[in-house]
Amino acid sequence: MIDVRHLQKSFGAQPVLEDISFRIETGESVAIIGRSGGGKSVLLKHLIGLLQPDSGEVLIDGENIVRMNERQLLGVRRKFGMVFQGAALFDSMTVAENVAFGLRRHEHLTEAEIARRVAETLELVDLPGTEAKNSAELSGGMRKRVGLARAIIYEPQIVLYDEPTTGLDPIVSDSIDHLILRVRDRLKVTTVVVTHDMRTARRVGQRILMLNKRKIYATGTADEIFASRDAVVRQFIDGVADAKEN
Amino acid sequence: MNPLENRRVHETLTGLGQITLLARDAFASLLRLRMAWHDVLFQMYFIGVKSQTVVLITGAFTGMVLGAQTYFQFHKIKMDTASLAVVGVSMCSELGPVLTALMVAGRVGGAMAAEIGTMRVTEQIDALRALATHPVDYLVVPRLVASHLVLPLLTVEAIVVGIGAGYLVGVCLLGIDPTYLWYNMLHFTHDVDVMIGLTKAFIFGGIIALVGCYKGMTCGLGAQGVGRATMEAVVYASISILITNFFLTLLMGKLVGQL
Repeated sequence: MIDVRHLQKSFGAQPVLEDISFRIETGESVAIIGRSGGGKSVLLKHLIGLLQPDSGEVLIDGENIVRMNERQLLGVRRKFGMVFQGAALFDSMTVAENVAFGLRRHEHLTEAEIARRVAETLELVDLPGTEAKNSAELSGGMRKRVGLARAIIYEPQIVLYDEPTTGLDPIVSDSIDHLILRVRDRLKVTTVVVTHDMRTARRVGQRILMLNKRKIYATGTADEIFASRDAVVRQFIDGVADAKEN
Repeated sequence: MNPLENRRVHETLTGLGQITLLARDAFASLLRLRMAWHDVLFQMYFIGVKSQTVVLITGAFTGMVLGAQTYFQFHKIKMDTASLAVVGVSMCSELGPVLTALMVAGRVGGAMAAEIGTMRVTEQIDALRALATHPVDYLVVPRLVASHLVLPLLTVEAIVVGIGAGYLVGVCLLGIDPTYLWYNMLHFTHDVDVMIGLTKAFIFGGIIALVGCYKGMTCGLGAQGVGRATMEAVVYASISILITNFFLTLLMGKLVGQL
């Protein structure tokens, strides 16, 4: 379970998040939506301790990770898998080396066992037989899939997705959405997806949180949010630009 | 102090503090034996084997120039055969470790900063942390250990090649008597000179790796940030080596009773 309480974050004089509070239950699937540059990725990074808030608490299974040092956080992070916006693959490694990274670091397995787990996970993300490819040669969609395979190979309890479909064509985006659902249902993981892609949010989010002007502006089931008559929510969902001020 | 000077002093002190904390983290990680030895071996290959050419050329030409220049001066006072002794002592205790470290700082320190800096701006360091891996364990410690181990070996190579090249120049080009030239070099070059050189090289290895890794891990965003970090890694490591060398010379001279 993820419990965020009164989170505040600024970068210098620029406030990014103000009084953010929400709770995500174990096994739940939540989409966080909001405008570009609105602090969604910053919020996601607080959940795994990659950023520390100015104030507030982040509780993971009841354990407050705020103010933990980097070594204490390592233990908490083993509960997480994270898929980064640009995939963040280790570009000096092959696909297999990227995917096996977490296993090699934290579990004492034979090479044969590692190879078997890598092949299984690549199969799950629809990339069978790509072990030997260099990660620098992959397309955007393939990079996201390898990033997902790397995040789930050690079977985390929570998977975080940072803009999983940004920069991908609609067909690849659709396949990534299906992949997120497949991983959620097969591994029974808690899923948090940060996105501004409304199709992805509706499809993968059992619940949606909307960030607006540094705060949680709206929260509800996907159906409730998409049926909302609130002007701000409607503008974002319908993708309407701000009227120019004269 | 005006605000600009204030800021510079603040940044300098902050940087010194942060690099000290990085060294502490790396030392703590080393004590816990968290590093992967194959990463250390890879770094030893990258820092050591790949630096062979530059170290050999630097050592050889430094020994040759030093031998020739010493001969030109000593010849005036009929001390030709003492030329290689000057080369031996200088290469062992000063020029060998310092020039090797400066060349490796240029080649390796910059590469470390660029590689780690690129990892930082492409979120690869965040990915490491998300995969429950401490960046100091994975990125800094193998480089630090490898650099500490390899610099003394490269320095030995530079010393041997430098003295050999100086000997060849003296005998083949300048016509100095080979027996007395070699004998005087052995007579005046002591074990302690070699030990001083190797101790310095060990310390310089740490400086190169720490500065390179620190600059990479704290680099600014974008290509400009990586470029600046790379340049600063080379400049700061080189300056640190030169300043540290002066104090090490005084300290070790005192310790071995040369002062």
